[in-house]
Amino acid sequence: MDLNLTREEVAFRDEFRSWLEVNVPKDWSNWREKSLEESFAYLRIWQRTLHEGGWAAVSWPKEYGGRGATLMQQAIFWEEMARVEAPPMANALGLGLIGPTIIAYGTDAQKKRFIPKILSADEIWCQGFSEPNAGSDLASLQTEARLEDGHYIVNGQKVWTSYGWVGDWCELVVRTDPAAPKHKGLTVLLVDMKSPGVEVRPLRQMTGESEFNELFFRDVHVPGENVLGKVNDGWNVAVSTLAYERGSYGARLHLIFKRSIGRLIQLARTVPRNGRTAAEDPLIRQKLAQCFAEIEIMRLNQLRAFSRITATGVPGPEGSIQKIFWSELNQRVQQLAQEILGPYGQLLAADSHAVDKGVWSYGYLRTRGNTIEAGTSEVQRNIIGHFVLGLPRSY
Amino acid sequence: MQFGLNESQEMLRDSLRSFFAGECPMSEVRRLMATDCAYDDSLWRKLTAQGYTGIIFPEEYNGVGLGKVELILLMEEAGRALLPGPFFSTVVLSGSVIDGVASAEQKKKYLAPICRGEARSTVAILEAAASWDLGQIQMAAVNRRLSGEKLFVPDAAVADWILVLARNGVFLVDKKSPGVTVSPMFSMDLTRKLYAVQFDNASAEKLGDLAGSKTAIDIATTALVAEMVGGMQRTLDMTVEYAKTRKQFGKTIGSFQAVQHQCADMYLETESSRSAAYYAAWALEENVPDASAAVSIAKIYASDAGRTVGNRGIQVHGGMGFTWENDLHLYYRRAKASEIAFGDAIFHRERLARLTIDTASVAGMSA
Repeated sequence: MDLNLTREEVAFRDEFRSWLEVNVPKDWSNWREKSLEESFAYLRIWQRTLHEGGWAAVSWPKEYGGRGATLMQQAIFWEEMARVEAPPMANALGLGLIGPTIIAYGTDAQKKRFIPKILSADEIWCQGFSEPNAGSDLASLQTEARLEDGHYIVNGQKVWTSYGWVGDWCELVVRTDPAAPKHKGLTVLLVDMKSPGVEVRPLRQMTGESEFNELFFRDVHVPGENVLGKVNDGWNVAVSTLAYERGSYGARLHLIFKRSIGRLIQLARTVPRNGRTAAEDPLIRQKLAQCFAEIEIMRLNQLRAFSRITATGVPGPEGSIQKIFWSELNQRVQQLAQEILGPYGQLLAADSHAVDKGVWSYGYLRTRGNTIEAGTSEVQRNIIGHFVLGLPRSY
Repeated sequence: MQFGLNESQEMLRDSLRSFFAGECPMSEVRRLMATDCAYDDSLWRKLTAQGYTGIIFPEEYNGVGLGKVELILLMEEAGRALLPGPFFSTVVLSGSVIDGVASAEQKKKYLAPICRGEARSTVAILEAAASWDLGQIQMAAVNRRLSGEKLFVPDAAVADWILVLARNGVFLVDKKSPGVTVSPMFSMDLTRKLYAVQFDNASAEKLGDLAGSKTAIDIATTALVAEMVGGMQRTLDMTVEYAKTRKQFGKTIGSFQAVQHQCADMYLETESSRSAAYYAAWALEENVPDASAAVSIAKIYASDAGRTVGNRGIQVHGGMGFTWENDLHLYYRRAKASEIAFGDAIFHRERLARLTIDTASVAGMSA
């Protein structure tokens, strides 16, 4: 056990830190309030800058334009990004989930065709997984693809598609063998979103924004060479994408959470409560300390999981602990913010009295989604029960 | 960065596990908890023969010279076995206090016999006000003599020495000296006995300043958290095993999500406590600036988790979990005693608040 950074890790950190000092844009906070299109164009340029510096996909193998970074180096990368409050990258799903899946399952032609443009943000990717009747039970999805003259004809509907409105390509899971058991009849297709018959509609969520989309496919033609992996082996391809989702996400969160709790402590020092400041109120102190402690434990759990994966070579179901931990903690942090801010907590960005431009009312609503997206807390507990503890399948 | 055990640490853990499985089975725990002191001389000699009584102390005092990470591996396995008796109060608590505050001469006289397994000792902290804040201690030595009462002193009946935390220093009192009266306090944890110790003008030797004992208390607190992790792990293992075999409605109860999710939460709580304990031990070993905060974070989390894991384990066991015959309640009792010892979650949240909320630079804001 040695939690000091190794010489290589320090070198990696210092190199990226000095690169960021020169290159990170300082005006992101102004742009994030502009229209979705304008701020996205900004993020595209930022990703290109990262790509030109060789920092867009540090986890990818060197031959595909990455740096072959270890998990610890990836954690350092995201910590440094969070430390300078760097903007996110435009092609988040392409870089984080879909690119690695193409590298793992794609043909040489597919890798050559898609990988460079994922890195450069010239082609933005979205993910067509969930359907109105296939959420937690993803394998029951119904979007169908029939093979006709070397093309798949796709019909169906997807929901909760992030980046659908700006997506150039979609990693789409479809049913190619309706007669097979539900996990065995699925195939992953790489679909050009400009194909005739693809319709993208905004899906307005409870925060009022439309982060996500609904996708409709009506007789969409997809060339046979755009199958990713093997036909009817789509479940394994999709599961590998989901593992990247659970594994990589927690790494970048702890500094973001730490910044939230730091800001809450600052606010608590100014908010009056029972004749003193909220920071002096015993109950608020207890709750702030509890959140602070859990944020630190979230970091430690992540580091332990990374060490275990590095030792064993495979990402395991430990990701499920992290998913439950951060999503439920984030909800508690937001509830605490409401308790500290009192009546001001409910104010939206549009109100001139809003604290921090309304981020706390937004966060309160948005975090309800945390325990649902990327696998509900219930599904994560099923995964721990079955795959970690060896209890019988419950469904 | 490597946040896992290295090869020699894994070997140590494996040998600890088989040692406790062989020498301290539940039958032995139950036998000892029914005695007055929960102490067994032959078990003590076996612990000594393994070098466990000197695990973290310097070789010049007959110790083994290992680090805090190795100490918490030992405590985790001791916790899993529910080791009864004065190992914690003698080695971890008294040993760390002596090592932290005493002179070289005194260490030869007091620490070395502990390492050699020849002496047992305990530390008296709490008084009637029962505050874990060392600043609240009232007892003070006058002309190297102590008077007054200390409460909740672990394993005092089998201790040769009682280390007394007093306002004006840390003092060692020989239990056999005149003016020392030890009487049992009957409490939940049957495997770690508590005592009231009365001092009536008892002769006391000063070991060092009270402030010097703070790091020792942090080490003991972290070791206790590790012991709690071992208890949680055993509770989880027993519960999962039961959920796999117990049948109701024609199915093993572990196939029901209401049961499975309790087990999943027990796993999350146990692993998270372990992460916090390991980090606190490493932070103390490396003397990093946030070591005290790390100790409080570990005690905050494990204090609640230890109790909650026990609650869930008993619930999943149903009626069986409520019986005397089942071992769960023995762990549950220890979990409550450990939750209380050195300050519960409420105490440590306030301590953490003072380290974070009340300091000019909020940790994390400058990161």
